[in-house]
Amino acid sequence: MRRLLLALLLVAGPAFALSDPAEQLPDAAQEQRARVLGRELRCLVCQNQSIEDSDAELARDLRRIVREQVAAGRSDTQVLDYLHARYGDFVLLRPPFTAGTALLWATPVLALGAGALLVLGLRRRRAAPVPQALTPAEQARLAELDRTP
Amino acid sequence: MIPELGHFALGLALALALAMAGFGLVGAHRGQARLMGLVPPLAMGVLLAVGASFLCLVASFVANDTTVSAVVANSHSLKPLLYKVSGTWGNHEGSMLLWVLILALCCGAVAGFGRNLPSALQARVLAVLGLIAAGFLAFIIGTSDPFKRVWPPAMDGNGLNPILQDPGLAFHPPLLYLGYVGFAVTFAFAVAALIEGRVDAAWGRWVRPWALAAWSFLTLGIGLGSWWAYYELGWGGYWFWDPVENASLLPWLAGCALLHSAIVVEKREALKTWTVFLALLAFALSLLGTFLVRSGVLNSVHAFASDPARGVFILGLLMLYVGGGFALFAWRAQAMAPTGVFAPVSREGALVLNNLLLCSVAAVVLVGTLYPMFADLVLGQKISVGPPFFNTATLPLAVPLVGAMAIGPFMPWKRARLWPALQKLWWVALAALAAALLCLALEGVRVGPALGFFAAIWLIMGAKADFAQRIGLFSRPRAAFGRALALPRAAWGSAMAHGGLGVTILGLAGMGLAVDRLALLKPGESVELAGYEYRLDGVVDAEGANFAARRATVQVLRHGRAVVTLHPEKRSFALARMTTSEAAIHTTWLEDLYVVLGEEREGGVVLRIHDNPLAPWIWLGAGLMALGGGLSLSDRRTRVAAPAAKATALKNPAVQA
Repeated sequence: MRRLLLALLLVAGPAFALSDPAEQLPDAAQEQRARVLGRELRCLVCQNQSIEDSDAELARDLRRIVREQVAAGRSDTQVLDYLHARYGDFVLLRPPFTAGTALLWATPVLALGAGALLVLGLRRRRAAPVPQALTPAEQARLAELDRTP
Repeated sequence: MIPELGHFALGLALALALAMAGFGLVGAHRGQARLMGLVPPLAMGVLLAVGASFLCLVASFVANDTTVSAVVANSHSLKPLLYKVSGTWGNHEGSMLLWVLILALCCGAVAGFGRNLPSALQARVLAVLGLIAAGFLAFIIGTSDPFKRVWPPAMDGNGLNPILQDPGLAFHPPLLYLGYVGFAVTFAFAVAALIEGRVDAAWGRWVRPWALAAWSFLTLGIGLGSWWAYYELGWGGYWFWDPVENASLLPWLAGCALLHSAIVVEKREALKTWTVFLALLAFALSLLGTFLVRSGVLNSVHAFASDPARGVFILGLLMLYVGGGFALFAWRAQAMAPTGVFAPVSREGALVLNNLLLCSVAAVVLVGTLYPMFADLVLGQKISVGPPFFNTATLPLAVPLVGAMAIGPFMPWKRARLWPALQKLWWVALAALAAALLCLALEGVRVGPALGFFAAIWLIMGAKADFAQRIGLFSRPRAAFGRALALPRAAWGSAMAHGGLGVTILGLAGMGLAVDRLALLKPGESVELAGYEYRLDGVVDAEGANFAARRATVQVLRHGRAVVTLHPEKRSFALARMTTSEAAIHTTWLEDLYVVLGEEREGGVVLRIHDNPLAPWIWLGAGLMALGGGLSLSDRRTRVAAPAAKATALKNPAVQA
């Protein structure tokens, strides 16, 4: 069902993007750069698709803009900044680091930190002596547990 | 008549589920064996009623009963039988019924195989499952009745979306639901344990098979969905970090953590509270996924729900079950005395690290999926969180996870030392390094793929090293074969699942080196990509069961010699007024040659050609992971209701895992 809904969203536009060879830049290296940049940019009218994946009019226009900029010798940052200035944060699939997205970008660190604190806290509260290897009694219990379902 | 029977059976199932919940909870609380004895037969009753209802819906779809609105909206008389049947769950109403059917199957399994469970525990588990089933049955009857009639009958149905008429997608939802709903059982066990205030090794022994089964099915379901996206959507992508995909990845991550921590409960009676928490979390994330997808909140943050009644109802169920479960946890978790101490460096410690990292990845995916909605509603900012974010943010967590995955199995329980474990892995590290250097040498400085190859070889060889050590391949090679056969299947399973992830990563790394080319070709012209020459021979009309197609013939040559002839198609479905493109894929197992037919113009056609190195390994790895889970499940020590196996096990003590 989940896939199904995704599929419904995707077929809202024709099945694939970049169908016109004339769109491509003649220089293969530049075209490659344009594609990598295109995957960082959202097709603003689509459901969560990059401009490289969408066949919407707008995506086509944005692809053209990216290729024009790349062909004009702009750097990757300059191209992204240009589109960011025109379309706002929404166009960037990698959200910029701002006060509003700090929480988002900090998630890996926060999650790990919270988990580590929890583990340390629990260990300290228990304050158990450093355990030795399994005692014969524990070995026997383990073996017994392995037998009985 | 048949739809009315189905509808009646749904009502009956609701009543039986409520009775099951009431008798189970009250009976177990008062310790009345007679009340508790009623619960398993009631569970069987729920299974029969929901099963009958589901069969009625399938019958309506197969007979193309155009007085049933779900059939009219989703089926057509000319559709092949497989898709008439799969169309039953290819829509909201039918898929909810499938969800409940699988839940009823789980109830039946707990009732049937659970005879050796303590009767109070069994009654409580079934009671919780009964409550969940009742909630979702009420949801179906109240807001999503699959048997609603239309009058006058339509001439014929509207047909199923052509892109969904695919064998892969026919089995994708049932597999996913087996995963989601399997976690309902571990949830029920967790709630029962909280009510009883007791978690012991026997509980862990019961929970682990369910977690394993649910996780394995979820792995298969996600893998199948990803494979389908790869061959059907036609741009060679396989994972888009779409909210809908993330919704299935979240319970997978939590379930993966759960099945590892359940091992610690079973073997060492430690991490009990944490395991109960994970069991609650895995199902909470399954339900959250259901809510996010069904309610429509993810499609557009402005319209709360495509059908507000559905969204609100599921949100209510979510609050009830998840809120109830976690409230119970907050209240009762202290009752479970911590036992089973262990040193930080030990098998237990490694599994704690696994849990920590998996849960952190899950947190990143969850926050990333929900953040755009949060930013819009709370901060008033419109932002996008797409694949570049997820790739960047999960990588630093995935690297230590993969690193520790190969080392963990070498750690003894309770107390270990890191150095001896690492010493056993030096040749694995060497092989992984060689693979990464080879990639750098052949493909230039590409950090992502090189890292991927390192991780893949590290995991695959690490799993092999683990296996070799267990069977004493190097220490006592002569006895190794016999020891391999005597090894518990769980050991085979874990090595296979760990290696399977390595195989998947191998595929991902290969796909990092994929190249593609777009060209306008006239018949007889050819284009070159990655050492292959693709020659267009012509385009003809073709007819399918319910579509008309344009079919290209593309000859693939290497060094002037024919390799394969490919036939990419563009299909027009007159009924749905839709065109889909069928990519033609030839796999050599080392790479996929992938050709998509585009539009025709200027006497030629547009062809998009992809060369995808190692692509099939992504799904092969997912299959291996699921197979590993299955092997572990078939271990006689995990198999739950096997009094006969118990007798043999006593005579023939299992090798220590």
